[in-house]
Amino acid sequence: MANSELKLLGKWSSPYVIRVKIALRIKSLEYENLEEHETFSPKSDLLLQSNPVYAKVPVLIHHGKPICESMLIVQYIDETWSTTPSILPSDAYDRALARFWVAYIDDKWFPTIETIVTVDEEERKPYYDILDTVLENMEDAFVKCSKGKAFFGGDKIGYLDIAFGSFLGWLSAIEQEYQRKVLVESKAPALVKWAERFVADPAVKGIIPETDRVVKLSRAFRIKWRAELGEK
Amino acid sequence: MADEVVLLDFWASPFGMRVRIALAEKGINYEYKEEDLRNKSPLLLQSNPVHKKIPVLIHNGKPIAESLIAVQYIDEVWNDASPLLPSDPYQRAQARFWADYVDKKIYEIGRNIIWKKNEEREAAKKEFIDCLKLLEEQLGDKTYFGGDKLGYVDIALVPFYTWFKGYETLGNFNIESECPKLIAWAKRCLQKESVSKSLHDQGQIYEFIVEIRKKLGIE
Repeated sequence: MANSELKLLGKWSSPYVIRVKIALRIKSLEYENLEEHETFSPKSDLLLQSNPVYAKVPVLIHHGKPICESMLIVQYIDETWSTTPSILPSDAYDRALARFWVAYIDDKWFPTIETIVTVDEEERKPYYDILDTVLENMEDAFVKCSKGKAFFGGDKIGYLDIAFGSFLGWLSAIEQEYQRKVLVESKAPALVKWAERFVADPAVKGIIPETDRVVKLSRAFRIKWRAELGEK
Repeated sequence: MADEVVLLDFWASPFGMRVRIALAEKGINYEYKEEDLRNKSPLLLQSNPVHKKIPVLIHNGKPIAESLIAVQYIDEVWNDASPLLPSDPYQRAQARFWADYVDKKIYEIGRNIIWKKNEEREAAKKEFIDCLKLLEEQLGDKTYFGGDKLGYVDIALVPFYTWFKGYETLGNFNIESECPKLIAWAKRCLQKESVSKSLHDQGQIYEFIVEIRKKLGIE
């Protein structure tokens, strides 16, 4: 398959881009990887053209046609290259459950992590509480969805694994930078083991960036996000 | 095998209306249960423990929460007639994108028009019209967002039409003068029984908004 057929506008550090990269690897698809600027300023012309509504990564461009929003891209990839391995569950109810938990994570998880990075230490507690609640719910969800198997998706990584696991790089980064563990065995024993399996999986290995790299970037983002807050 | 379908809902909810339209489009028989949102039923709390919100679709005892997820589920399970999503993956991605856009923008900004004051309300009005104009662009000259037939984006958006009188009266502006094509589209949708039977009229919704504001002691 020619490289020019598929392009991915992204950023090595973005969990949303990581989701798409994992999906592309699961389907063994080659693509041209186009990196946006380190802290997203300025945005490339191609990004502004391809995603005029939100100007955000990831954007997958397939035969010149853009698809936006990470989990919509993952579904598109699954539906377009529909030979196995499949990413979404085959059962309609399992699909609805997976979509439900993805919507939940997207609503709660990364915005909370961003806030933890942006605010000062003494203001962080309520946000750590949110992460704890999410983990409690996801631990329950894991038990229900995995049905005793290794991943939310069963024997193999699936839709919900990709959605949630893509955040593990940033999670490690804030655990290290702010010296406070979040994903711990006492609170989420099944998820701790799942996380280890996820990052070691061949579909994921090397896509989630090294923690030190993310830590360095988080410092740059902290400055940027605090400046943006100051402008409001 | 007889399917048992229950919908936990609240009459004025645009999200609930979406699921009602989808069920009607597919000709599915179901039991409608009206929830008192100040006194939620044990069934609702059990069925959606994470958010405790309506609508919840319950199919043979299994709950599905979140309106657009329920609509997709309905489309996938009752897939013999009236497809709501396009069959082409790219068109499907576009439909999901715009339905998601409605979710991200219309409800939140509409709420700000109703509940905020002065500059915040003015800013919300402007943003609201900008969003509707972008959606009008997407509609173009098509009969529906779904093309010749009512589809996923139509279902995602049309319930908010019932809240327009509320937005207009409280925000003191006229949506039709800004977005005539969109209003024409909404009226076309209402000519379909699946839509007209699922939506309440703007007058009723407006009275509901007025009542809530009174209860909350807002002028």
